[in-house]
Amino acid sequence: MKKELTVQQRCAIPRHEMPHQDPAERVRNFNEVALGWDRETAMEEAERCLLCKNPQCVTNCPAEIDIPGFVKKIAEGDFLDAARILRASSALPAVCGRVCPQENQCELTCVMGKKFKSVAIGRLERFASDYALFEEQLPTPAIAPPTGKKVAVVGAGPAGITVAGDLVKLGHDVTLYEALHEPGGVLLYGIPEFRLPKEIVRLELEVIQQLGVKLVTNFVVGRTASVDELLEEFDAVFLGNGAGAPSFLNIPGENLNGVYSASEYLTRCNLMKAYQFPHFTTPVATGKKVAVLGGGNVAMDAVRMSLRLDADEATILYRRSRKEMPARIEEIENAEEEGVKFHYLVNPVRFLGNETGWVTGVECLRMELGEPDASGRRRPIPIKGSEFVVDVDMVVVAIGQSANPIVASTATGVETNERGYFIADEDGRTTKPGVCAGGDIVTGAATVILAIGAGKKAARALHEYLSGSGSWPTVSPSR
Amino acid sequence: MHTILLKEILTERTWHMRFAAPLIARKCQAGQFFMLRIHENGERIPLTIANWDREAGTIDIFFQEIGATTELLASMKEGDSILDVVGPLGNPTHVEKLDGTFVMVGGGFGIAAGYPVARAFKEAGNRVIAVLGAKTRSLLICEDLLKGVCDEVLVATNDGSYGTQGMVSDVLQGLLDGGEKIVLVYPVGPPIMMKVISQMTMPLKLKTIVSLNSVMVDGTGMCGSCRVTVAGRTRFVCSEGIDFDGHEVNWDEMMSRQKMYSRQEKEALEHYHEHGGCQGGCR
Ligand SMILES: Cc1cc2nc3c(=O)[nH]c(=O)nc-3n(C[C@H](O)[C@H](O)[C@H](O)COP(=O)(O)OP(=O)(O)OC[C@H]3O[C@@H](n4cnc5c(N)ncnc54)[C@H](O)[C@@H]3O)c2cc1C
Ligand SMILES: Cc1cc2nc3c(=O)[nH]c(=O)nc-3n(C[C@H](O)[C@H](O)[C@H](O)COP(=O)(O)OP(=O)(O)OC[C@H]3O[C@@H](n4cnc5c(N)ncnc54)[C@H](O)[C@@H]3O)c2cc1C
Ligand code: SF4
Ligand code: SF4
Ligand code: FES
Repeated sequence: MKKELTVQQRCAIPRHEMPHQDPAERVRNFNEVALGWDRETAMEEAERCLLCKNPQCVTNCPAEIDIPGFVKKIAEGDFLDAARILRASSALPAVCGRVCPQENQCELTCVMGKKFKSVAIGRLERFASDYALFEEQLPTPAIAPPTGKKVAVVGAGPAGITVAGDLVKLGHDVTLYEALHEPGGVLLYGIPEFRLPKEIVRLELEVIQQLGVKLVTNFVVGRTASVDELLEEFDAVFLGNGAGAPSFLNIPGENLNGVYSASEYLTRCNLMKAYQFPHFTTPVATGKKVAVLGGGNVAMDAVRMSLRLDADEATILYRRSRKEMPARIEEIENAEEEGVKFHYLVNPVRFLGNETGWVTGVECLRMELGEPDASGRRRPIPIKGSEFVVDVDMVVVAIGQSANPIVASTATGVETNERGYFIADEDGRTTKPGVCAGGDIVTGAATVILAIGAGKKAARALHEYLSGSGSWPTVSPSR
Repeated sequence: MHTILLKEILTERTWHMRFAAPLIARKCQAGQFFMLRIHENGERIPLTIANWDREAGTIDIFFQEIGATTELLASMKEGDSILDVVGPLGNPTHVEKLDGTFVMVGGGFGIAAGYPVARAFKEAGNRVIAVLGAKTRSLLICEDLLKGVCDEVLVATNDGSYGTQGMVSDVLQGLLDGGEKIVLVYPVGPPIMMKVISQMTMPLKLKTIVSLNSVMVDGTGMCGSCRVTVAGRTRFVCSEGIDFDGHEVNWDEMMSRQKMYSRQEKEALEHYHEHGGCQGGCR
């Protein structure tokens, strides 16, 4: 047994970096960019944690993970038990360890971050959960005796997966309905392989199926069966169908060939594996000069994907400045290293095309930053007469997603707000008893961890309802 | 897995197939489609649900071999299985008792797609006429099927080998000239035919509903691949259609978008011919 380190000794250890594939190399493959840690690095990083009695990191983790608990296990070399602690709170730890915006969550509030650098919680989470996926298997956790209650979960994204996993452990009979031919939601069709290997998503989903969750793919709630029909068969329903509908700018030329929504571009590439065309039959355009409109994680994924699909020049066009970009800093840096060009303070006003209907240019206006708007970011204002054209042969519009009405339109009594998102209370209860909702379809496009957090709360609310102890409060359409 | 229960050839490169799809058969209505993916490496392609048997849990399709996926489908045998099917998708066609005649104008595989719609309008108590078009008599499909649900079935062949010589639009014009009180025209088939019919009925203010067949990926409104401008607004065909007012569709855009992958489609077909469909094994 190693000796316990003192606080001073812990603070003296510098935060460990994550090794990455070399930029020049990685733009020519689809493999994961971040390579992960070996045992020694993980154990040394884990030693940095002060094992706080009143851990601030946990307060900012929507999955409520016992962070000092699992980190301590890593420091002790008991990786499997670390993974067990992670899994007790989250159905998707290997995913979160990769894509969670840790810098705004647990690592933001970690006390080490005040004077030094925060503990690399996300990377440790990735390390321990990968260990349990690839090296040594965790035993299946105990499951409560059957309650005889049936729950339908709509959408196999992070929110739905969380609800399904939590409720099955409590003894409910859970069926997870997914519209696509494979489960995973954005983890599968949106976030690219080079950031989140699909193998990881598949393995995490196997775990909840081993727990007894029944998965039904190719089932579009609202078309194959309505929510009302599900309620004839099930005692409760969770709606986690995500905010999948792509938004467009509604400017001239947007329907030219070669102009994609990020959802379509990434779905073709990730879900349908168009990057392996023609071995996989789904095609995708491979532009040489690609412009991606937007500044979020989705835009970074799309632009980096286009480089891997042979673009000579890939450019981000963003209407504010680098400081305002909503993408994770790490992803912006990755994109910069890979040679993505960034044009800040530009606003596309129309797309130009050739005689065959293919896009050839994006006409933009330059912008300047004005007063802060409602989001606290400075509002971009167009500069008159500053039009210029960016030459392109492919464009990806990555300016956001909105609510797809297919589920809501067939659910009587489940109210939505004016933008089509379900109205729900803190715990995900909708205006209809027995129906909870959570994730992007309540909040609008957000993050994996917020969807997981919403799923955890909804699972609790539904369990209470199904156990007969919870009456359904009146949920007011206030948001 | 969805077993192919029946397969028959109708004319050169046009097939009729029936397979098990109980979830789709349970719910589908006239005007809806579904998507299928034959194997792990395959593309998702949309096809019209041409007929169904709710009890038996089966659906029928009529399709034309035009590329890698449809050729592979055509090579499959009774007893083989299709990996994924999902649906019914799209909104059912709005069917009502009309104050006049309903005319379904069908071309190519569109004839089969128009069949359930014609039948639904007949069941709603309408006078229903079908106008079917083909290059030549041997390429005409589903005539008998439609005769079973229409008051009249008229045929146009380009070479005059059967019915009227000419285009479906000529036959429609003949009906109008003959004083038939047509209140709704439903062209279904190649976009160019739907465009021609829409342009013909526009000055007459004759209501014309078209079902669009744009390129799709998910078929549920999640990607925007199928988008097309209708009445100046971008609409998603799969989730907001597939029926639209033919007078409001931007046909040139619709047809141009259909050709987006011409180059890759050729490549996929060549690859299919070399590797037999690459059913997961060719890598
Ligand atoms: C390209 C991209 C990159 C991102 N990167 C990050 C990141 O790095 N970090 C991060 O935290 N977040 C990221 N996000 C956001 C994050 O992925 C989402 O916030 C999160 O996935 C939302 O989870 P969800 O469960 O609410 O919905 P989703 O993940 O959208 O899952 C919804 C599921 O429901 C299914 N569904 C939809 N309609 C129906 C229906 N009618 N019937 C049955 N099933 C249906 C969908 O097919 C899907 O599988 C990214 C998003 C995108 C698009
Ligand atoms: C709502 C709808 C209903 C349809 N119903 C029928 C039907 O009942 N019978 C029938 O024979 N065909 C139907 N089609 C067309 C059918 O989907 C295409 O023939 C098929 O996708 C061609 O695939 P392929 O790989 O064989 O050929 P490809 O070589 O890939 O394509 C040939 C042509 O098909 C179109 N196409 C290609 N991929 C897609 C796609 N993913 N989605 C839509 N169109 C595509 C393209 O315009 C292209 O010109 C329908 C299409 C739609 C949108
Ligand atoms: S799930 Fe996210 S917030 Fe929670 S510990 Fe892991 S990285 Fe931090
Ligand atoms: S706040 Fe930081 S140091 Fe304290 S327990 Fe959490 S990770 Fe460890
Ligand atoms: S096919 Fe994806 S939105 Fe219509």
